[in-house]
Order: sequence, then structure tokens, then C-alpha cells
Amino acid sequence: MNVLVDNFAMFREGFVGTVRLTALASLLALVLGTIIAGFRVSPVPALRVFGVTWVTLLRNTPLVLLFFVVTLGLPALGLRGWDEDWLAILALGCYTSAFICEAVRSGINTVPVGQAEAARSVGMTFTQTLGQIVLPQAVRTAIPPVGSLLIALTKNSAIASGFNVTELGSVQKTLNMDAGYNIYVIFFWIALCYLIITFTISGLFRLLENRLAVAR
Amino acid sequence: MTEVVVTKDKDSAPAADALVVLENVNKHFGPLHVLQDIDLTIARGEVVVVIGPSGSGKSTLCRTINRLETIDSGVIRIDGKPLPAEGRDLARLRAEVGMVFQSFNLFAHKTVLQNVALGQVKVRKVPRREAEEKARQLLDRVGVGNQADKYPAQLSGGQQQRVAIARALAMDPKVMLFDEPTSALDPEMINEVLEVMQQLARDGMTMVVVTHEMGFARSAANRVLFMADGRIVEQATPEQFFTAPKSDRAKDFLSKILHH
Ligand SMILES: Nc1ncnc2c1ncn2[C@@H]1O[C@H](COP(=O)(O)OP(=O)(O)O)[C@@H](O)[C@H]1O
Ligand SMILES: [Mg+2]
Repeated sequence: MNVLVDNFAMFREGFVGTVRLTALASLLALVLGTIIAGFRVSPVPALRVFGVTWVTLLRNTPLVLLFFVVTLGLPALGLRGWDEDWLAILALGCYTSAFICEAVRSGINTVPVGQAEAARSVGMTFTQTLGQIVLPQAVRTAIPPVGSLLIALTKNSAIASGFNVTELGSVQKTLNMDAGYNIYVIFFWIALCYLIITFTISGLFRLLENRLAVAR
Repeated sequence: MTEVVVTKDKDSAPAADALVVLENVNKHFGPLHVLQDIDLTIARGEVVVVIGPSGSGKSTLCRTINRLETIDSGVIRIDGKPLPAEGRDLARLRAEVGMVFQSFNLFAHKTVLQNVALGQVKVRKVPRREAEEKARQLLDRVGVGNQADKYPAQLSGGQQQRVAIARALAMDPKVMLFDEPTSALDPEMINEVLEVMQQLARDGMTMVVVTHEMGFARSAANRVLFMADGRIVEQATPEQFFTAPKSDRAKDFLSKILHH
């Protein structure tokens, strides 16, 4: 009768899978993206080159292709024992980190140079200057674009179902027309599940934005 | 002004007491030769005022001394040691060279107290409580002790600049660099900052001050450097310089800043 009630366990599993994939890949993307942004503004030329290469490569590779590279290429290169879940998190996190890096970097660029100069004059190292002075002030500007990027990541996670990862996309693969279901109803419920996740993310980021606007 | 240490050229300065030494320093910004063969020795405890037309390289000179600007050739030594290249050693050295900027540059997301305590905690690894104790003393000393818990944006320009001086002093610097510290201030706030600087000079701090405040130069400086087009054109005691400048450039410049 009702697809959702009849297949609740499957929906729940898919939902949890997408949430897990999104959360872990977001975490990886945020950490990596911030580090790479640090590389890109670092005084060490080798780190800057690495940062530019990372961003250029990942930002310009289609995500599906990246999934193939990670799920097929890495094991072939000798990375064994990683299951598809973790490989998908790796692919999605690295891909999004390139975009996060650029959002963070644009935030960094809005912080007046004088702030970093003052920090360096006091004797702070590059890492301290970045971590104590520049990034905390860059966050304010970076938050809205980072929120959008994480929402995009949520939806991009659907690609993982093509690589044997259980998430919302795989629900749709199982409950198709052949199984005698109305495909539009399935789409509706899946879309609703994504909405729950993406609305949560935008809510969270709006909250963060307001909190930071109040401080000072 | 009886015990003024006047160092007219680097040879007459007692070498043992030379704190900041620049030898044959050159610096370009692209095709622009901003610092040309700069030779300068600043003795411990000396107060040097740098004066000159806009664009003559005063800020650049100041900023090379703590390596916010790199130089193309020449040597800069602080307390006998050449400026290290980028890295931890440079950071350590910068902690010993206080810098006060025209635009204050207080950390906007930190309170006044945190601004003064942060360097001690992060760079000198002083326990936070101790650092805050010292920060409060310094804030009292520059007359803004009652503003400790505010954010920089809530303070007047004069107050912000005094906090910036306290922030630099918190690192116990050997020398303090001031790049036009009162140029961004409303006239009624200039004196409160100059008074703090004068007190600092009286306490024996070695200071390099880029400023056009002649009152300060006369009362606090041991020596005035006049810069034009990237060169030190003339140096003399404030008295000599302001009453009888030798070079035409200096005469011309002084007539412009005196008559308006
Ligand atoms: N970062 C920079 N890049 C290029 N040119 C610069 C830079 N900083 C300063 N200049 C130029 O160098 C010259 C000297 O500048 P500055 O030292 O700020 O002079 P002053 O402080 O005496 O006004 C000016 O012509 C200025 O335009
Ligand atoms: Mg200047």
C-alpha cells in the first residue's frame, strides 16, 4: 500500500547512509579545505604549488570520474581493505575540499592585511597568525558559501549508490517500477529525505552566521 | 635635553651599543628603488625620528627592520644578529621588535585585554593568568585600564593606538618602531598617544618613529633623519634640523609643513 511504511527499514537505512556519508565527507572536506587554503596563502612556495594543483585537479574533475579513480584506481594501486563506504567518503570529501578551500581563501582575503602583519610583528609564526587571527575573522565571510557547498555535497552523495554504497539513491534503485511501485511516489519520499538533511544544514549555518554576527 | 646622544654618522656610534644596524640596504618595488644604499646605526636607548615627504620610503624603512618587507641587498642586524630568513627564528626576533602601525591593527575579534595578552601566551608561552596580569598593568600604564573587556571597535582611535602600544610592550621589545602612529587620529587624540610615547622615551626605550609631529621630535628625539626619494638626505639633532636644515630638500619640505 504505502511504499514508505512497507519499506520503512530500507528508507531508514538509506537515510542513515546518506546522513553518514554527508557528515563524514563534510568533516573531511572542511578539515582538508581549510588546510589547503592555509597552503595557498603560505610563505612556502612548495605548499602553494601543492594547493593550486589540488584545487585545479579536483575542481575540474567530474565527480563520477573521481569516484571511479578512488574506488577502482586506489585499490589497484595497492590500497586494500577499504570498503566502499570509506572510499566514497574519501572521493566526496576530497572533491568538496577543493571548493571549500576557495571559499575559505576568499574569506581570508577579506581580512585586512594589517591583522596578519600585527600578528607577525608580535612574533607569531605563520600557523599561529592563521589559526589565531586570520581564520577566526575569515570564517564570518566564508560561512554562507560553505553552507551552500555542503548542501551540494549532500546531493552529490547520491552518486555513491552507483558504487555499492547504501544511501538514499540505492533505495530508488531497489524500489523501481519493476518491483511494482509508483516511481513518482518513491521520488517524492526520497526528495523529502534529502530536504530534511539540506534544511538541517542551512538551519545550522544560519544559526552559526547569527551567532558570529552577534559576537562583536 | 642635556644628555642627548647624537650620532651623526655610524662611525661615531660606539659599536658595542649599536642596537639596530643597517648597512648598505637596498630595496626595490618593481622598477621603483624605494631604499637606496641606506646606512643607519641606532644606539641602544636612542630615539630617532624619521621625517620626509610622502612616498620617500619611511614606512618601508621601518618595515624592513622587522622584516615585514624583505630587502634586496645589504645587511640588517639587531643586537648584533643579522635578521633571519622566514621561519621560527624570524618570529622569535620579531617578538623583540615592537611595531605600532598608523591604522592600529588591533585584533578585531579579540578584546583589548586579549590583544595584549595573546602574544605573551602564544609566543612567550607565559601562563594565561600571568599574561593577563601583565596586560592589565600595561593597559593602566597607557591609561586604558578601564577598557580591558571591550572590543577594539568600541574604542576611540587614541585609545586603540594606546592599546596597540601596550600590545607591543607586552613582548618586552628591545626596540619599538612607530609608523606614523598619530596620522590616523583626530587632532584632540594625538596628544594622549604622544604623551605615552614621550614617557616611553624617557624610560629609555630605543625608538624609531616616523612622524611629522615636530613637538614630539623636539622634546623626545635624539636625532632626526630626513628621507627623500629612498635616501637619508640629512640627519641632525632636532634643534639643528628644524632651525637650520642644510639640504634644499629639507628646507623645501619644512617650509611646506610649517606654512599651512
Ligand atoms: N607593497 C608595495 N608595492 C609597491 N610599491 C610600494 C609598496 N609599498 C610602498 N610602495 C611604494 O614605495 C614608495 C615608498 O613608500 P613608503 O615607504 O610607504 O613611503 P612613505 O612611508 O615615506 O610615505 C612609494 O612610492 C610607494 O608607492
Ligand atoms: Mg608611510
